[in-house]
Amino acid sequence: MAGNKKPGAPEPTRRDFLYIATGAMGAVGAAGVVWPLVNQMAPDASTRALSSIEVDISAIEPGQAITVKWQGKPVFIRNRTEQEVADAKAVKLSELKDPIARNNNLDGAPEATEVNRSAGEGRENWIVMVGSCTHLGCVPVGLAGDFGGWFCPCHGSHYDTAGRIRKGPAAENLLIPPFEFVSDDTIKIG
Amino acid sequence: MSGGHSEYVPGNGVSKWLDERLPLPRLVYDSFIAYPVPRNLNSWYTFGAILMVMLVVMILTGVTLAMHYAASTLLAFESVEHIERNVNYGWLIRSVHANGASMFFIAVYIHMFRGMYYGSYKAPREVLWILGVLIFLLMMATAFMGYVLPWGQMSFHGAAVITGFFSAIPLVGPGVQEWLLGGPAVDNATLNRFFSLHYLLPFMITGVVILHVWALHVTGQTNPTGVEVKNMKKETVPFTPFATIKDALAIALFFVMFAWFVFYLPDYLGHADNYIPADPLKTPNHIVPEWYFLPFYAILRAITFDISIPFTGIVLINSKLGGVIAMFASIAILVFLPWLDSSKVRSGAYRPLFKQFYWMFAVVCVLLGWLGSRPAEGSGFVGMITQGDLVGNYVAYMQILTAYYFAHFLVILPWLGKFEKPAKVPPSIADAVLAESNGRVSAQPAE
Amino acid sequence: MKMMIAKIAGLALALTIGLTGVSFAAGAYPKNKPREVDWSFAGPFGTWDLGQLQRGFKVYQQVCASCHSIDLVAFRNLADIGFSEEQVKAIAAEYEVTDGPNSDGEMFDRAALPTDHIPGPYANDAEAASVNNGAVPPDFSLLAKARAVERGFPTFVFDIFTLYAENGPDYIYSLLTGYKDAPEEIEDELSEGTYYNPYFISGPALAMAQPLYGDDVEYDDGTEATIEQQSKDVSAFMMWAAEPYLVERKAMGFKVIIFLLIFSVLLYLTKKSVFRQLKSA
Repeated sequence: MAGNKKPGAPEPTRRDFLYIATGAMGAVGAAGVVWPLVNQMAPDASTRALSSIEVDISAIEPGQAITVKWQGKPVFIRNRTEQEVADAKAVKLSELKDPIARNNNLDGAPEATEVNRSAGEGRENWIVMVGSCTHLGCVPVGLAGDFGGWFCPCHGSHYDTAGRIRKGPAAENLLIPPFEFVSDDTIKIG
Repeated sequence: MSGGHSEYVPGNGVSKWLDERLPLPRLVYDSFIAYPVPRNLNSWYTFGAILMVMLVVMILTGVTLAMHYAASTLLAFESVEHIERNVNYGWLIRSVHANGASMFFIAVYIHMFRGMYYGSYKAPREVLWILGVLIFLLMMATAFMGYVLPWGQMSFHGAAVITGFFSAIPLVGPGVQEWLLGGPAVDNATLNRFFSLHYLLPFMITGVVILHVWALHVTGQTNPTGVEVKNMKKETVPFTPFATIKDALAIALFFVMFAWFVFYLPDYLGHADNYIPADPLKTPNHIVPEWYFLPFYAILRAITFDISIPFTGIVLINSKLGGVIAMFASIAILVFLPWLDSSKVRSGAYRPLFKQFYWMFAVVCVLLGWLGSRPAEGSGFVGMITQGDLVGNYVAYMQILTAYYFAHFLVILPWLGKFEKPAKVPPSIADAVLAESNGRVSAQPAE
Repeated sequence: MKMMIAKIAGLALALTIGLTGVSFAAGAYPKNKPREVDWSFAGPFGTWDLGQLQRGFKVYQQVCASCHSIDLVAFRNLADIGFSEEQVKAIAAEYEVTDGPNSDGEMFDRAALPTDHIPGPYANDAEAASVNNGAVPPDFSLLAKARAVERGFPTFVFDIFTLYAENGPDYIYSLLTGYKDAPEEIEDELSEGTYYNPYFISGPALAMAQPLYGDDVEYDDGTEATIEQQSKDVSAFMMWAAEPYLVERKAMGFKVIIFLLIFSVLLYLTKKSVFRQLKSA
């Protein structure tokens, strides 16, 4: 079909070039067809736009927490008591299963100190975390578990008052999403 | 034409392994590589391949659209706009799907008309032809339901009109209609089931297409001479590479036309009113189906009279039912074409008188299509004769042309079969090809 | 015999076309066909005139938005007509949207964000109709694609080749600039609360009074706000609202068709080459 070429024939003929060019162009065309069909499944413009929310935190008393939905996931916002903050401060870094802060608001991979897990200096009572257990994604229960923080009932992961994993199968501290205080009463997540 | 045993020889270890367990490589080889094809096929014979590609295109774009579409009367219209505005390449996929339906019908009409010209429906290909009619019916059902899904004004009111036909069936009509709709009128229940069925039917079409190609491979293709292949070696070529490359070229050129509409005229073949959300309380000025249904719509509306027993008031078939019967009959009659056309000569190429009537028929179909877009005005044929109502008497034109449409099948073709004097049919394909080149070159295939 | 049949066929064809008349055989309205405007986005290489779209948006905001919603357009979409992210935020913040329920279970109003859709003037269609003589002012999001006047034979065939696809904006422009006093003969036939316009598609008069008279807005770029200018600008804006991807579509179309033409040439040459290998039997 490709002509009367014997194996090991010297140079490709013009006919071969034609066939290769046609085939190559066909492959490019096929790729051009496939790309939109694949890319349409990626997050669409309205989903990409909805990536941040603003939350009114004025009603959250010390010792209270709310859960809001951000990008389809639960986010815990807790106004911690001084005792809870102190407990978290008292923990030595060497005791932590995961020493990295997992805080999207900080560059690099800083240590999981109390201040790095909180909303920052002057706002250390506030902690904002994605309420998704880092093991397999169940929603941990608040003020439960052996460390006074959160407990995940699915496979028994225990988090402390700074949301750091202490015991159980989870390998990472609860993730802290990008957020900021746009005013004293309002935080913007994402 | 399916000849004897397969001559497939596995090319590598994997093919051999698979072929021993499931003769799929063999099947592909026999059907699409070694399969013998008459060497004198012209470009009109590429439309089968074009149709298969279009089916794949429609299924791919349809499945991806279904990932974003919401089939609820509250959400449907907005979900389509969500696809157009937010989904990555959503506007492109939607345009390909919507215009693809029109391209699908352009291709199928050319394919059908080719069959009618070259006598592809004649023995032993009657089942092939009937399977084709079945595919056509499934296509029409699929397209109709698909058009309802965007839930625009035409979607809604077109659905109301078409489902209204069923109430014309005597006795059971209204019950059947209510069953179809899932309620007293077109509403959410209707939309949801249309979405479900619209997703399902293309796969049924695929099944019938497989039967259609199977039936074709049993008898082999016709060819422009209408004379069956006598000498496989001299008169046929293997499907690959000859038909493959020719079909590929045809598909590329067809895609140029397709792209022309997708990118430059995306709404040309549609109707502006379908960009207005459906409102059951407000009917559009003119309810028009999509262009590919227009000839049948004209035939439907041509029946403006009741058929009753003379001198009594007893109506046997009212005009609504009559219209529905006429419309379905205009498609059903295609099934009987192999028996209505009694000519011993297969191909229209050697039937000079048939040729003229064939083109008349084609013109009539186009005119019926145009009439389908006109309002049903005028006093009809009777009014034309008795009152001289000539200009703008669309109903009369529809009636005349509908009568001609049926006459073509029921009167003209049988008559032609009996009384036409055909031209001399070449004894074989090889002879025909030789004759064409006046013996200057040896039998080269028509390209 | 053959000649006779051919003659009859030809005659039938001619009669059918001739007797039905050309142009707008389907209806008596609109009385006047739309005037064709030179749009920047027309043709295979059309592009938006972003300045025009911004002017059109201003006309929408200050004149049309008192009655017409544009539900499908979100504030963030305005970035496509040349506004920066800050400008989009600022435009959005001028509007109020209802959100909620809050923790007390109540709905509340807040400033709009770019992700919000542009709020319309009425809470629902019923309110819209009650304030507008029973007619609901149509939403603008798709209006430029929802209006088309029949082109008639053979114009609709030529349109396939000239790529005329601006029927909607032409219609809107003509309607906006087409108000005039009703001719005496039909003055009495017009319903109360309707206004004569020979470009209107559904009848002699429509429920919308003339909305633009000239100088209804002051353009930021200093363009003179004549009635024609404002009508053109808002029609172009409406075309963008109806089809935000129009320019991308046409640009991609050019590339795709060129690709397909070149590919067809290659396929043709390949086909010729393949068939040349067929020696005579």
